Amino acid sequence: MKMLPDGGADDEERWLAEGIAGVQQNAFYMHRALDSNNLKDALKYSAQMLSELRTSRLSPHKYYDLYMRAFDELRKLEMFFREETRRGGCSVVDLYELVQHAGNVLPRLYLLCTVGSVYIKSKEAPAKDVLKDLVEMCRGIQHPLRGLFLRSYLSQISRDKLPDIGSEYEGDADSINDAVEFVLQNFIEMNKLWVRMQHQGPVREKEKRGKERNELRDLVGKNLHVLSQIEGVDLDMYKETVLPRILEQVVNCKDELAQFYLMDCIIQVFPDEYHLQTLETLLSAFPQLQPNVDIKTVLSQLMDRLSSYAAASPEVLPEFLQVEAFAKFSNAIGKVIEAQVDMPVVGAVTLYVSLLTFTLRVHPDRLDYVDQVLGACVKKLSGNAKLEDSRATKQIVALLSAPLEKYSNIVTALELSNYPRVMDYLDNSTTKVMALVIIQSIMKNTTCISTSDKIEALFDLIKGLIKDMDGAQDDELDDEDFKEEQNSVARLIHMLHNDDHEEMLKILCTVQKHILQGGPQRLPFTVPSLVFSALKLVRRLQGQDGDVTGEEVPATPKKIFQILHQSIEALSCVPSPELALRLYLQCAEAANDCDLEPVAYEFFTQAFILYEEEIADSKAQITAIHLIIGTLQRMNIFGVENRDTLTHKTTGYSAKLLKKPDQCRAVYACSHLFWTDDQDGIMDGERVLLCLKRALRIANAAQQMANVTRGSSGSVALFIEILNKYLYFFEKGIPEITNTVIQDLIELIRTEKQSENNVADPSTEAFFASTLRYIEFQKQKGGSIGEKYEQIKTT
Amino acid sequence: MNYIVGAFKPPCDISIAFSDASSRKQIAVKNDNGKVVMVPVFQSLETISGEVSVAPVPGKRVEHLGVKIELLGQIELYLDRGKFYDFTSLVRELDVPGEIYERKTYPFEFSTVEMPYESYNGTNVRLRYILKVTVSRNYMGMGSIVEYRDFCVRNYSPAPTINNSIKMCQAMEVGIEDCLHIEFEYSKSKYHLKDVIIGKIYFLLVRIKIKNMELEIRRRESTGAGASAYVETETLAKFELMDGAPVRGESIPVRLFLTPYELTPSYRNINNKFSIKYYLNLVLVDEEDRRYFKQQEITMYRLQETPQAS
Repeated sequence: MKMLPDGGADDEERWLAEGIAGVQQNAFYMHRALDSNNLKDALKYSAQMLSELRTSRLSPHKYYDLYMRAFDELRKLEMFFREETRRGGCSVVDLYELVQHAGNVLPRLYLLCTVGSVYIKSKEAPAKDVLKDLVEMCRGIQHPLRGLFLRSYLSQISRDKLPDIGSEYEGDADSINDAVEFVLQNFIEMNKLWVRMQHQGPVREKEKRGKERNELRDLVGKNLHVLSQIEGVDLDMYKETVLPRILEQVVNCKDELAQFYLMDCIIQVFPDEYHLQTLETLLSAFPQLQPNVDIKTVLSQLMDRLSSYAAASPEVLPEFLQVEAFAKFSNAIGKVIEAQVDMPVVGAVTLYVSLLTFTLRVHPDRLDYVDQVLGACVKKLSGNAKLEDSRATKQIVALLSAPLEKYSNIVTALELSNYPRVMDYLDNSTTKVMALVIIQSIMKNTTCISTSDKIEALFDLIKGLIKDMDGAQDDELDDEDFKEEQNSVARLIHMLHNDDHEEMLKILCTVQKHILQGGPQRLPFTVPSLVFSALKLVRRLQGQDGDVTGEEVPATPKKIFQILHQSIEALSCVPSPELALRLYLQCAEAANDCDLEPVAYEFFTQAFILYEEEIADSKAQITAIHLIIGTLQRMNIFGVENRDTLTHKTTGYSAKLLKKPDQCRAVYACSHLFWTDDQDGIMDGERVLLCLKRALRIANAAQQMANVTRGSSGSVALFIEILNKYLYFFEKGIPEITNTVIQDLIELIRTEKQSENNVADPSTEAFFASTLRYIEFQKQKGGSIGEKYEQIKTT
Repeated sequence: MNYIVGAFKPPCDISIAFSDASSRKQIAVKNDNGKVVMVPVFQSLETISGEVSVAPVPGKRVEHLGVKIELLGQIELYLDRGKFYDFTSLVRELDVPGEIYERKTYPFEFSTVEMPYESYNGTNVRLRYILKVTVSRNYMGMGSIVEYRDFCVRNYSPAPTINNSIKMCQAMEVGIEDCLHIEFEYSKSKYHLKDVIIGKIYFLLVRIKIKNMELEIRRRESTGAGASAYVETETLAKFELMDGAPVRGESIPVRLFLTPYELTPSYRNINNKFSIKYYLNLVLVDEEDRRYFKQQEITMYRLQETPQAS
């Protein structure tokens, strides 16, 4: 039968149909012979039926179909043989010879195996002898496909007849060896055939053959499964005989597909305990495999299995230590990487990821192991530039994330000296991703990082987020993402804490050092965090003021304020003046609470400089001026002179705002600067009134301007607002503000309202009405307040 | 036709019976007409005895010039147009000339007859043993009345004391050198007829695509001598040993049961007339159906069968 060129699927279907028809026809005659106990004809037709399996034209898939049909018939034939020998028609020994008269080797061997099965069952000869003979005779089939199926048949019929320990076919003491030897030999021969398949036939069909071989792999693998099922294969036997023999075959066959599949098979079918005890042998095979074998997958599987094993039964952990599982794996991986020169980086890194996972699961207490793994990885990566391969990058991220997940404490990871070195090989964007992962881990576990050393290390890890990396391309930056990242960093800064002030100060210095490198984009996000974190410390120091008086104490509010000053200054250069201004004011307030007048004054000065020089936008100015007013109002440490300077400036700024209404509002707000409720606060009624009057003037001017430009007078809202301020101070009891003044103002508003140009605005109306209602309400309250209001007429 | 035959029907029936016919082993052989008949088996130096009975057709008498029985060993070469060579010829006179009126039986005995050659029925040569009874007459146109009785001779040999295995490393040249290098090994060089050939074929070098491998048993029958010498080779067994292409280092087992095949012992120069030799022929067929083979002589012998229950 000649190997025909591939004639397409149709032809193959036809050939299969012909084969099936041939099997069926001969099976029919065979049955007839069986029914009439005609042994001679039964042999003749069964041999003819089996001749159909001699075809070379079918793909493995189709051949399997044909094989299964013949297989079913052989079962019937086997039953007949058994009957025949039981009846005494023909002894099994004679039968065993008789079937060997068949002229064609393939049918002959199928028949021989079938009779062999009966022979073993009859126990007229030791199972081992029959098996040995069968496995040896099967060498007659050197055609890969036919040989594989024949041997698979042999394996099938012999499975329940191995002279295993405890089996009814167990022979003398050594019979287990024979059982193992038999299966091993069949395995080896099958594997040889399977591998050979790759090398026969035209080169152009190589890929197709690979596919076909894949379909057949379980036939080969089945043998390993059988081995694993043999009772008598105990650890010693596995160690001494089974494993070395299998590995020898695997290594020597020099076939990628087979090596990958079989290594995987070994790992899957034999118990974990065996793997653990034979690690060295098993691992020693890996570096000897072909360069293209996907070792990482297999080795990862092994490590996964063993680590699951350790996780499931903690009592075996001592064994892991005893056999030095980690060292062996680590060693093996090193050798594999060395042996497989062409292995892509991703492969190597994947291996390290697996090893790391293994270590984390089996030896969670051995941080040094983790560091070793990372170190080995660094070694592998060294010499390469940053990684370009996205898959490798992904694996590195996995590698770096694993310890974080496991220890749920970044502090542990910070102790790993190789951790940042691995990160160095990541590209910029991945570095950022990794940094985010780290920060998220900290957030999730609310880890508190409390020493500056660790923070130094941490910032080293997340430097991708902290500063622009070399060659970073800003254009690829998504604004949203960037904000997200920087917010994370800001949140992180809050997590850095130590109850010891001195250490906390160090922490702050460290943080400052790092974040100041951030550049204009980042500072607005990070500096506030730093500022508030520092202010928190200031408050704490302030809380225990009494204790910290010695000169030697390094952590004083002053020092912190210096840091703050520098940081905010950096921010103002960015420029992000509004933010800087707010922070200055915050600091000023804190300085105020610490009784540090010069410091507070300095902060105000800075704020004012910013206001003058940097804040140009009128809206921003309004906001800023109100902030300044608010803060200044709460300050109570300034001496008269300083305070005057500052308030003077403030009112000055207020009056210089662009729009009249804004001016007006700022000015009346300034009035608060001169009247504080504090014990020894300033209480300058005169200047309050001055401010309010000035506000009125501006309001008037605004009204007129509106009249001129738009032909309608502006809202009287400003007047009502000023009225409210009057009422406020009236209640505070400022002598300069009398009920007459208020009465006049009410009248003024009424007049304005009734002027012909005024457009009625419901909200203004309501505002005014409610103000008047308030007055009435206060009147009705009675008491001293009621008396004060009594003379104000609202109607 | 029947009528004519009937007319010339011999006037008496002659039958030859062996004295131990019931206990003696018989085997089936094809006679000249192609019919299968059972014949008794003897071996050399056995005594061949029995009875000849001559029964005239009832109511007739047979006049004769004497009755004799001959034991003949003949070699018949077909190429010689049926020429017989008697290598053994023994005669026993059974009766003096006279007349036979009714059935008459004559016991006969050839004691310890030397029959060195076995019966053989080949392509071009036949060796047979017969008992020939002749009732001599002297009528015109009517020859003597003759009756033949075939019997078979088989001689057993002891198992050879020296029986070396055949081992050979063989490079099979196939046009280009170093294409196929095999080594074969058969356990023995001498086999008895019910023997099994056990062996192994090692492939040391395979550079051609082999499709399969067969083992053949061939018989070489050489007749005549000198100018008239003729050799006929016949393949008696074709036994597939291997399916598919082996690779270097592979070894293929050989186990061939000889029972199913009709073999005889090897005969060397039988009466200077013929020889029978047996060969094992290993044939390898490549994918282009080219055949490469290596032939090896084996010696066949007949081993005394141990008496078995069946």
